[in-house]
Amino acid sequence: MPVTVFLLVMLAAFAAFGSEGATAAAGAAGEHAGAAASAIPVDPAAGAAAAAASTTAWWVWPLVLFVVTFVMGILAVLGGVGGGVLFVPIIGGFFPFHIDFVRGAGLLVALAGSLAAGPGLLKRNLASLRLAIPVALIASTAAIGGALVGLALPANVVNTMLGSAIILIVIIMGTAKKSDFPNVPRQDNLSKALGIMGIYREESIGQDVEWHTHRTPGALATFVVIGFMAGMFGLGAGWANVPVLNLMMGAPLKISVATSKFLLSITDTSAAWIFINGGAVLPLMVVPSLVGIMLGSLVGVKILAKTKPKSIKWMVIGLLFFSGLRSLLKGLGIWP
Amino acid sequence: MTNEKTKATEEQLLYAKILSYGTWIGLATMVTTFFLYVTGILAPVVPMDRLQTCWSMKAKDFMHELGLPHGWNWVSLAGHGDYLNYVGIVFLSGLTVVCYLAILPILIRKKETPYVIIAILEVLVLVLAASGILKVGGH
Repeated sequence: MPVTVFLLVMLAAFAAFGSEGATAAAGAAGEHAGAAASAIPVDPAAGAAAAAASTTAWWVWPLVLFVVTFVMGILAVLGGVGGGVLFVPIIGGFFPFHIDFVRGAGLLVALAGSLAAGPGLLKRNLASLRLAIPVALIASTAAIGGALVGLALPANVVNTMLGSAIILIVIIMGTAKKSDFPNVPRQDNLSKALGIMGIYREESIGQDVEWHTHRTPGALATFVVIGFMAGMFGLGAGWANVPVLNLMMGAPLKISVATSKFLLSITDTSAAWIFINGGAVLPLMVVPSLVGIMLGSLVGVKILAKTKPKSIKWMVIGLLFFSGLRSLLKGLGIWP
Repeated sequence: MTNEKTKATEEQLLYAKILSYGTWIGLATMVTTFFLYVTGILAPVVPMDRLQTCWSMKAKDFMHELGLPHGWNWVSLAGHGDYLNYVGIVFLSGLTVVCYLAILPILIRKKETPYVIIAILEVLVLVLAASGILKVGGH
């Protein structure tokens, strides 16, 4: 797939550029002494990245961000993943920005994608407000905790944990089964009390499908972990939302995917506020990334009709694994 | 073919409507303010070259180094190109609270007590997150 190859080449170029920057950093120390080498300690990798960044005209970065996120937006649609989960490891691994800013931007990218998709999914009754509201309360509260902890941790710890989480996500994406219409023999008491049920028109079989959920308490407990991870790493959480809504709670696959997408607009909002108030949002990063990924998604939807999604899904999983590995090695100081 | 049973509920449709308008207003605001920022029509608080040398710092150190305001204090700097961008960002981030507040009267009218309680709690959680009261450890 040409776009995947293009993205990989760009990322490899950025990785090489970062290493050159590290070498140049020693010679350029005087130039940067007033800023990066201030009284505030900056970790060596960040210092090298700052040096690399400062040798490039400022406008190059938003432009490159736009191009990379545009390609990312195409791949996200073709690979069936959220933009946020690609954004954080790729931008965090190969660009000079601190991981705090990358996560802040990642949350806003996932939030904007979810806000844009939400109205259509709600109107078509594919995203269920009845299912989303209780889950969102748990996930958004946990996301605040995750964001606070994530912003307090040093970059190497965040990168190590992020890399591990991404590799775990790759495993989940590669192995998780999905069920179009899971069998829910008996609705649990909590689900009954909350009236978590619905009916939607399944066009593929030309029938109305009634659904309700089970194992609700366990699923809500799982959303504590999902919300926390979403807030901590600035990831969209579709990779975890969908299996829990579909396989654990027993919601039909379409309802699970749509509700998950809508759910991110609430979960990511709470974490985004923590990043905004903590100063971890750079408009110079956020706006080109957000516009790039949204335009890329629009193009991706058009390409989707003419491609074989399964093979592309594996390419995206490979790209994600590579980015996760990069974060892990960066965190461990093996590939700074 | 859609029938009454498969239609989205009244509150769901209202939520969708607000979200739809709000998202496009927010995105248009973000793109406009970004244009004013990068073209230099409105001067930023942090010059681009200075920003470039500091964006690899931890957010907390970045703010301290550049003497930037925390939480909602950015509002006083909204006349500058960089901080004006926060208007769109904050607008998009605040949209969910507006949607919840809008559907509350419908949930109350329908006597959906558990959902009324959950929706109120959600609003409180989001307002708490937005308030800036919750902070990462001091410097």
